[in-house]
Amino acid sequence: MKKQRYSKFAAILSGLVLIGFGALSLDQNVSAAAEGSIAGTVKLDGTAPHMRGIDMSKDPYCVKQHENSPIALENVVVGANGGLANVVLYISEGLTGNEASSSSSEPVFDQKGCQYIPHVIAMNVDQKFKVTTSDQTTHNIHPLPNAMTGNIPWNKSQPPGAPPIEASWKAPEMISVKCNIHPWMHGYHVVVKGPYATTDKDGNFTIHGVAAGSYTVTAWQEDLGTQTAKVTVAAGKPATANFSFKAK
Amino acid sequence: MRRKPFLQCSLLMSAAAVLALSLPVRAQLSTVQLQAWLNSPAATSHVGNITGNAKAAAPVYRRYCVGCHGEFGDGNGEVAQWLEPPMYPKPRDFQLGIFKCRSTPTGTLPTDEDLYDTIARGLDRSSMPIWNTFTKDERANLVAWIKHFSPRWQTEKPGTPIQIPPEPEVTPERVKAGQEVFGRVQCWKCHGVQGMANGPSASTLTDDLGRPIWAYNFTDGSRPKCGSTDRDIYKIFMTGLDGTPMPSFSDNIKPDEAWDLVFYLRTLQPHNAYNAKEKQIARQLGLKPVSPQ
Repeated sequence: MKKQRYSKFAAILSGLVLIGFGALSLDQNVSAAAEGSIAGTVKLDGTAPHMRGIDMSKDPYCVKQHENSPIALENVVVGANGGLANVVLYISEGLTGNEASSSSSEPVFDQKGCQYIPHVIAMNVDQKFKVTTSDQTTHNIHPLPNAMTGNIPWNKSQPPGAPPIEASWKAPEMISVKCNIHPWMHGYHVVVKGPYATTDKDGNFTIHGVAAGSYTVTAWQEDLGTQTAKVTVAAGKPATANFSFKAK
Repeated sequence: MRRKPFLQCSLLMSAAAVLALSLPVRAQLSTVQLQAWLNSPAATSHVGNITGNAKAAAPVYRRYCVGCHGEFGDGNGEVAQWLEPPMYPKPRDFQLGIFKCRSTPTGTLPTDEDLYDTIARGLDRSSMPIWNTFTKDERANLVAWIKHFSPRWQTEKPGTPIQIPPEPEVTPERVKAGQEVFGRVQCWKCHGVQGMANGPSASTLTDDLGRPIWAYNFTDGSRPKCGSTDRDIYKIFMTGLDGTPMPSFSDNIKPDEAWDLVFYLRTLQPHNAYNAKEKQIARQLGLKPVSPQ
């Protein structure tokens, strides 16, 4: 009986080791071939919605930072030719699960002039990111994920000169982030799996590190929702995907 | 006959696997799952040398807690609809596994002792009474019972309680240093320069679920939400009150400075059982409120 159990245990163990090696070799294959990319533009179809100006009078420091350039909410930011900024693009279907992170650098979420710069940061599951403050006023950084997803909400203060907070998220989710002290401050941490990109101010993006294959790419905008497109990437070649969101 | 233990073991294992797989996606346990959980070692709590047993708590919960916290622990009991924040905060939603009063860092589960203390202490300025009518065993049993409502207890361990150095002697220097901390980390943004909960951001505060909430008013004689002792106050700002706007300051206030801040906060309160020395020092120093800049 005892012997039997041992042999079973050994068989399972060797199986696991084999699977491990298999995964390793697969990983190598993928990273060798993942040189393709998906590029394109995200546009707003229609007139840009009016973004309400922000009344920062609660905190004279914040008012001072924008004395000469009044700022507005950033829910929908439209650039040249109707390009939409702060849209996150990620691959929602077709991933093998072995993709390397599309970015090795740490995304930084700065608090500057009582705003989040950038308004939206994207990252992979378990990828480290930094929250920094450039302001001479106290902020509290308060991400509000749904605790049911596996991401746990937390709430930390960052007084002037405070060191950066380093953290990561456990599960894919669009996480709303706010500051309770400055209620207009609002941003997003977009946590995805696999390669991703965020549009620049004119709506342009490039998702790097995509292996050859057929994918569904999803574009996510905080107010306008999501759009998807089917894209086929040939080995090492750039593919194109353009998105258009209807103005509400 | 000889194969039986092995069979039982594998059956148990597969049952555990099924449970583990289904738990993270389901907020609520099915009756079968609940029965299995009640018979497992997870259905206990440990508070000092008391061991709480969830099975024993079920009737107590149904008799005393269900009215506000609801049968499913989601804070939606019959009475909940009549509670209007910020005057009457809504009952805790145990399914989220997020608790104000912890000895553990922000974003972690509280310890069994933390939950036990909250039941025993009640929550001032809310509808949660002091449950000192329960025996110690009953309170510990309820702690064990509460833990089946959120899947977080199945996948996470409670956080490691923060280290609190022994409380130093109160001195005028420490009270003054505490006031500097109060100004530096800008407690007054919400609590006001005199601790009257009238800071510039006080009126727009909401909890994680978007419901209005008040900052603590140090001057009205009410008790802090998570306890009145010096250690309790230390814990409140070093761990934060999760689910509320109150953040953790542990990255920005050193343990020694934290005691200074506790002493300064005491000077803001009216005379009570804890602050005779601090009030006297404040009077001698002629302490003026910090200036908001």
